[in-house]
Amino acid sequence: MSAVLSADGALDSALQKSEGVWHAAWRRFKADRVGLVSLIIVVAFLALITLSSTGLVAGKWQAEVGVPNAPPTFVGPAPPQAAGAIETPKGPNVDLSAIDPLAPRYKEWEERSKQFATAETVKAETLPFGADRLGRDVLAKAVKGTEISVFVGVMAALVATLIGTLLGAFGGFFGGKMGDFLEWVYNVFESIPNILLIFAFAAVVGRGVQSVVIILALTGWTGMYRQVRAEFIKHRSREYVRSAEAIGASSASRMFRHILPNVSHVVLVRMGLLTVGFIKAEVILSYLGLGVRVDQVSWGTMLAEAQSELILGHWWQLAAATLFMAVFVTAFSLMADALRDALDPKLRGLE
Amino acid sequence: MLLSIQDLKVAFRMGKGVLAEAVKGVSFDIPENTTVALVGESGSGKSVTAMSVLNLLPDNAERSGRILWRGKDLLQTPLGELQALRGKEIACVFQDPMSSLNPVFTVGQQLCEPLIKHLGLGRSAALQRAEALLGEVGIPEPKRRMASYPHEMSGGQQQRVMIAMALACEPKLLIADEPTTALDVTIQRQILELLGKLKTERRMSVLFISHDLGLVGEIADQVVVMRHGGIREQGPVAGIFERPQDDYTKALLACRPSLEGNPARLMVIDDHMAAARGQNSGEGVAQAKAKDPQAPVVLEVRALAKSFWLKQGVFGRREFKAVSNINFQLRKGHTLGVVGESGSGKTTMGLALLRLHEPNRGPEGGEVIFGGQNLLTISARERQAMRRRIQVVFQNPYASLNPRFTIGQTLLEPMTIHGIGSGTADREQRARSLLEKVGLDGRAFGKYPHEFSGGQRQRVAIARCLTLNPEVLVLDEAVSALDVSVQAQVLNLLKDLQDEFGLSYIFISHDLAVVRFISDEVLVMKDGVVVEQASAAQILAAPREDYTKRLLAAIPRGYRAAA
Repeated sequence: MSAVLSADGALDSALQKSEGVWHAAWRRFKADRVGLVSLIIVVAFLALITLSSTGLVAGKWQAEVGVPNAPPTFVGPAPPQAAGAIETPKGPNVDLSAIDPLAPRYKEWEERSKQFATAETVKAETLPFGADRLGRDVLAKAVKGTEISVFVGVMAALVATLIGTLLGAFGGFFGGKMGDFLEWVYNVFESIPNILLIFAFAAVVGRGVQSVVIILALTGWTGMYRQVRAEFIKHRSREYVRSAEAIGASSASRMFRHILPNVSHVVLVRMGLLTVGFIKAEVILSYLGLGVRVDQVSWGTMLAEAQSELILGHWWQLAAATLFMAVFVTAFSLMADALRDALDPKLRGLE
Repeated sequence: MLLSIQDLKVAFRMGKGVLAEAVKGVSFDIPENTTVALVGESGSGKSVTAMSVLNLLPDNAERSGRILWRGKDLLQTPLGELQALRGKEIACVFQDPMSSLNPVFTVGQQLCEPLIKHLGLGRSAALQRAEALLGEVGIPEPKRRMASYPHEMSGGQQQRVMIAMALACEPKLLIADEPTTALDVTIQRQILELLGKLKTERRMSVLFISHDLGLVGEIADQVVVMRHGGIREQGPVAGIFERPQDDYTKALLACRPSLEGNPARLMVIDDHMAAARGQNSGEGVAQAKAKDPQAPVVLEVRALAKSFWLKQGVFGRREFKAVSNINFQLRKGHTLGVVGESGSGKTTMGLALLRLHEPNRGPEGGEVIFGGQNLLTISARERQAMRRRIQVVFQNPYASLNPRFTIGQTLLEPMTIHGIGSGTADREQRARSLLEKVGLDGRAFGKYPHEFSGGQRQRVAIARCLTLNPEVLVLDEAVSALDVSVQAQVLNLLKDLQDEFGLSYIFISHDLAVVRFISDEVLVMKDGVVVEQASAAQILAAPREDYTKRLLAAIPRGYRAAA
């Protein structure tokens, strides 16, 4: 027993540093199988996004590679259109050159067109995940859409987190007049129905990816603000913060060096939820025509197109967009949850 | 035999295949109409033993052995039968009454619930019974109190309500898990008396869990001393106190500061056990050396007052005087003890000295002269310089260290802020030497607070104060949250540091025995004013005020043979 102890001690003193908070969090995270799988999925998505933004994957998503509305491969090609809808007339052929004013020039045009080579582009009957009404590959569209949707979600969440955390920290830590003012701003934002607020901002900022990010961030920081504020109010009178004050730590140091790391799990989880929410919000915005530009594609624009396709029974674009979105959003939320469990200092004491 | 625990083992599954043994083969009996006390330090497995009787343990616990309740093995009993037993035959009272009561229901409603559920009483019968119970546990005006909410009652009253709830179904056994640890000494005394009275009146048994052997001596018939998950000694209370057999029991008995005699140092478990093994133990009994009564005054407080604004009506506010008219002088190397029950304003006073209150919460008055300046009126910049010289240690060592900082970061921060030492290497050196000074080794430097026990954390908090070379240290209930044995170690440390650095302490505590051990002068506070102020010896020998006498009488004195 004592031998074990001393060996342990020697090891400890050699290392001099024990497991850091982040190390411990990573160790707990690894133990959470669901969290780990969702992390792998999210990382895979991020890799896909990197590839697509450099053009290595789905760079030619605009190319019309299939026949319009080509069905997915596993469904098989669409049945040939019933050509017999109009019956061929049974009477003898009639020479129309007498009445067709252009008839004399047909010969000439034919001669001229022979000077150019024409190749019949063979359009695929089926595509791995089908094609849209222009014959564009739905899979490529979904990949390209992932790039934009996730970028919008993550960027907007980052900006909203920054705004919410800063305001929440100031409002919660100082309280008083500043707290009242921030509460007032918060109430103004909260009192307007969310979708109306988004429309109002969209009308001012205009379309485009950056605009969507700005719109979502400016309207979505309120929940974060409220939660961070509550945490700061709770922590500012904790003894460890008091102790920091007693040794003379400045307000900024207490706010961001002492309290913020201790509430970071709240911020992280909220950010995860915001990302998920913003991805969905972008879909709605694009669906309503307030989102990304027409020459760009996002999950939202795909869903918007799918609406008219569904009537004709072309379900694959809807399925592709939904599948990508569902997998990413679920994985991202589960990852945020696992992260919270791994980082929460309250849970650590129970080990 | 009411309850018989035979070779009980409890282990907790921690992750993959790792079993942490909390209780390693414990056997004892609880006869009818007897109080059995389980005594031990935190982590000794006493609570786990008690909670395993009703299987109130978390899901990852594995129990083996036998727990016989009137001959029936509770370990084999299905949950449904166990639930019928809970509350009806065996009832529990926990440590913190504040969190055990539901804040949104009135006391009456909460009392009636078990009556209606377990005994099948009608509403009005239950109400009547509840009222009678409240009267029995000594709550004045039980009829009116039935309609009050928990927050309207004091801590002691809440604990009485908890006891009343436990008694509602006339249990045969009451398990009381540290029922008085969160309470003031005077309230603790009342609760002990209540438990004793109820035991004789109702002829029930009590399993009393505590870390304080002195307390247990007053209430128990049988004592079981536990350490590291095993039983060190058990027997009738008289035997344990008069002829303790085990070294550990002897050490526990010795480490509590008592009102008789004033040793320079308290016995610490390890010293005592080493001494018992045959090494010399002569130095421990030296009497405290007298201090220089003419030492220079470092801190002088004149007519200190602090009020808070209370909201009244929509816009109005009312001044609530938390503390008023406090005067004292603190000499270099001396200790001023401040005693009082919770709500007496002793902590408010300590924080007012440090200016740690939020200024817009209420006005301050009087003068705090420190280093020739009035601390209450100096500018923020001057105060920053003052912060170096007057430091504070808080009550809860679990809350006062930032969980995200390593011990090293915690110690370096104050030095960086005040520019003490040249460069990081120098500061680190200093931090390490301070860690050794407070009895931790240098390895602690890179660790996080959660890796330490409460006593060790409190040492870190003290070391953090020392980094700044303060002249005055405010110790706000600095040892109250610690086990008696750890308390002794920290008190010894504080005395050593005072001798070495000539520190002056303002020692705030509700425990007169502890204050008496460390202080030269004592302020007794009640309702925000000082009721008595005298030297420590004088307070003890000849208390003038009734309140002081009450506080003195409330201190547990251990076992006394019935005279």
